[in-house]
Amino acid sequence: MSAPPPGLAAVEAGFAARARLRLVEPALALVAVACFFAFPDRHLLMAEIAVLALFALSLDLILGYAGIVSLGHAAFLGLGAYAAGIVAVRVTPDPLLGLAAAGIVGGLAGLATSPLVLRGADLTRLMVTLGVALVMGEIANRESWLTGGADGLQGIAMGPVLGFEFDIVGRVANAYALAVLVVLALLARLVVLSPFRASLVAIRDNPLRARAVGIPVNRRLVAIYGLSAAYAGVAGGLLCQTTQFVSLDVFGFERSADVLLVLVIGGTGWLYGGLVGAVLFKLLVDALSSLTPQYWHFWIGLILVVLVLVGRDRMRDGARRLVGRLGPPRTAP
Amino acid sequence: MDRRLVLAAALGLAAAAALPARAQEVAKIGLILPMTGPFASTGKQIEAAVKLFQARNGDTAGGRKVQVILKDDGGTADVTKRLAQELIVNDKVVAIAGFGLTPLALAAAPLATQAKVPAIVMAAATSTVTEASPFVVRTSFTLAQVTVPMAEWAARDGIRKVVTLVSDYGPGIDAEKAFTEVFTKAGGTVENLRVPLRNPDFSPFLQRAADAKPDAVFVFTPSGVGAQFMKQFVERGLDKGGIRLISTGDVVDDDILNDMGDAALGVVSTHHYSAAHDSAENKAFVEAFRKAAGFRPNFMAVGGWDGMQALYAGLDATKGQGGQALVDAIKGTTWTSPRGLLTIDGATRDVVQSVYVRKVERKDGELWNVEFGSSPAVKDPVKAAKAP
Repeated sequence: MSAPPPGLAAVEAGFAARARLRLVEPALALVAVACFFAFPDRHLLMAEIAVLALFALSLDLILGYAGIVSLGHAAFLGLGAYAAGIVAVRVTPDPLLGLAAAGIVGGLAGLATSPLVLRGADLTRLMVTLGVALVMGEIANRESWLTGGADGLQGIAMGPVLGFEFDIVGRVANAYALAVLVVLALLARLVVLSPFRASLVAIRDNPLRARAVGIPVNRRLVAIYGLSAAYAGVAGGLLCQTTQFVSLDVFGFERSADVLLVLVIGGTGWLYGGLVGAVLFKLLVDALSSLTPQYWHFWIGLILVVLVLVGRDRMRDGARRLVGRLGPPRTAP
Repeated sequence: MDRRLVLAAALGLAAAAALPARAQEVAKIGLILPMTGPFASTGKQIEAAVKLFQARNGDTAGGRKVQVILKDDGGTADVTKRLAQELIVNDKVVAIAGFGLTPLALAAAPLATQAKVPAIVMAAATSTVTEASPFVVRTSFTLAQVTVPMAEWAARDGIRKVVTLVSDYGPGIDAEKAFTEVFTKAGGTVENLRVPLRNPDFSPFLQRAADAKPDAVFVFTPSGVGAQFMKQFVERGLDKGGIRLISTGDVVDDDILNDMGDAALGVVSTHHYSAAHDSAENKAFVEAFRKAAGFRPNFMAVGGWDGMQALYAGLDATKGQGGQALVDAIKGTTWTSPRGLLTIDGATRDVVQSVYVRKVERKDGELWNVEFGSSPAVKDPVKAAKAP
C-alpha cells in the first residue's frame, strides 16, 4: 500500500487480486473434513474448537481490523446463547431459526452498545466492554423466569438440522458447527478483503487522518462493531445448540479473556488467526488438563509467556514464509 | 522361520486376545470436578476423599477393577457436558460422578438419561437436581434439608424475630424459602434480605439487619464466602449488639473455619456433616484424610466418600454391571458413613440423613462445629412436599 496512488482501475484490480481464493484456503477446509473422519471420538472437542474459532474471528473483526479492544466480548456470545436457548425452549426447536435469532439479537445488542464503545480511548473501551458483559450477566441472573437464573436454562431439546438428529457422539453437532464456521468465515473473507476493510485499517492506524480524507469514521466503526457482535451471537447460538445447555458462565470474564488469548496465540488482523489460535489453545488445554487436572493452569501460563516473549514472532514469520509460498491472502498491512 | 519372530507374533496374538477380556474387567468411573477456578476447593476435597476411599477399600468392586478418571471442568457447564459425553462415549464409563455446582449437574443430567449411565452427584445441592434425570443419585445434601431443622431449632430456642441474609441464587433462595416457611408457621416473624452472589459486600445488608433489631440473623452463603461474612459481621459489631448468628453449615465450612478466628465462636448452624462428628467411623475418616491430604475434610469430602460407597455397593450388587441395574441397585441402600446413617431414597434417589445442630467451639487449639442436637432421617422437604 506504500506505492504511489495508482489509477482507479489498478486499485480495483488490486482488490480483485486479493479476493481470489488462494490454494491454502480449500486446503484448510480439506484438513477440517479430514479431521472429521480421522478422529471419530473427538467430535465434541472439534465442535468446541469451531465455536471458539468463530468467536475469535468475531473479536478479530473489531480488534484486528478496527483496533477496538474489548474485555467483554462474551456479552454478545452470552446473548446469542440465551437467544438460541430461549427460542428452542419457547418457540421452535429448529436449529437454523435459533441460530438466526442468536445472530440478530447479538447484532442488535452490538449496535445498541456501540455508542458507548465509540467514545474514549483503549482503556475506556476495556472498562466499558467489561461493564456491558457484567451487566448482561447480572440481568440474566435476575430474570430467572426467562433464563433459569443460576441453575442454567433447562429443557433445551434441539430438533434435527436439515434432517439430521443431534447424536450423542457429536457427529452432527460437529458437522453443523464446522459448516457454520466455514460459511461465516467465507462471508468475513468478503468483508476483510473489501475496500471497507481498507477504510477500517485507516481508522485503526490514524483516526484523525481517516476523518480528514473523508472516511465516515463513526459509521464504519458502528457497522463493524455490529457485525462482530452478530458473529459472536451466532457463536453463542452454536455453543448453546451443540451442548444443548446455557448457564450464566457464558457471560463470564474468563470467556472474554480466553478469546483474547486465542487471538494472542493465533495473531490478530488476519482471517485465520482466530482459527489457528482456537485449534492450538483448545488442544493445549485439553492435553494439559488431561495430564494434570489440578495444575494445568500453571503450564498454560508458562507456555503463553514463552510464546509471547520468545517464539511468537519467529514462529509466525516461519509460518508466513511457509504459507507465503502457497499464496495466502495477506490482509495485514 | 526365525524363532524370535514366531514368539513375538504369538505374544502379540495373546495380548490382542487378552485385551478385550481385560477391558471388560475394568469398571471406569468418570469423575468430573472443578479442580481449577473459584470452586477448586470443592474439587480438591472430593478428589482427596475419592482417593482415600480407594486406598482404604481397595480398587475392586463386584469383581471388577474400578478405575477413576479425573477430569477438570473449571466450574463451566458446557465443559462438564462435553467431558461427560466423552467419558461415556470414548471411555465407556459405568458411571459419571462429581458435579461441584447445580448448573454443572443439570448440564450432564440429560446425557445420563440418554446413555443410561448413572450420575452420582457428590456436591450440587439444589433440590431439583435429582429430578433432572432418573439416573441421578445424590450423596451430598439439599439446602432445604439442612435449613428446615435450623428454623425448627430457632423457634424452639425462643428466637422470635429473624432477618435472613442469603446469596441471591438458586440454593440461597431455596434456603430463604424453607426457613421463612417453617419459621413463620412456628409463630416467628422474618424479614428477607438477598446479597449478590458475586463479590459480595455484606456491610450495607448487615446495617439493615442491625436496624431491624432481630433476635438472630440467619445466613446462607456458598462454601468459601463465609470467612468474609464473619469478618464483616464482627466489624459491624453485630455480635456485641446481642444479635445471634445462625446459619447453614456452608458458612462455617470445616475447610475455612480455623481461619475465621474467634469471630466464629458460638455460631449455631445446622448441617449434615461436621468433622467433629462423634463416631468411630468419623474419627478414623478424619485422621486418615488429614494424613493423606494435609487438610481437614469438609462436607464436600464426605459427599465424595459416600458417592464412592454408593457406587461400590451398587457394583457389588450387580456383579459389576452398569446402567439401569446399577441405579436400581443403589436405590434404597443404607450404610454408616462418617456423617452417620445414610440412605438413598428409593423413590427420589436423593439422600436421607440426619441433620445436626452444631455450635462452634474451641478444642485443642482448633475451631470445630460441635454437635449438640440432631433430627434423624430428614428427607428433602421440597420433594417431600411434592409427593402425594
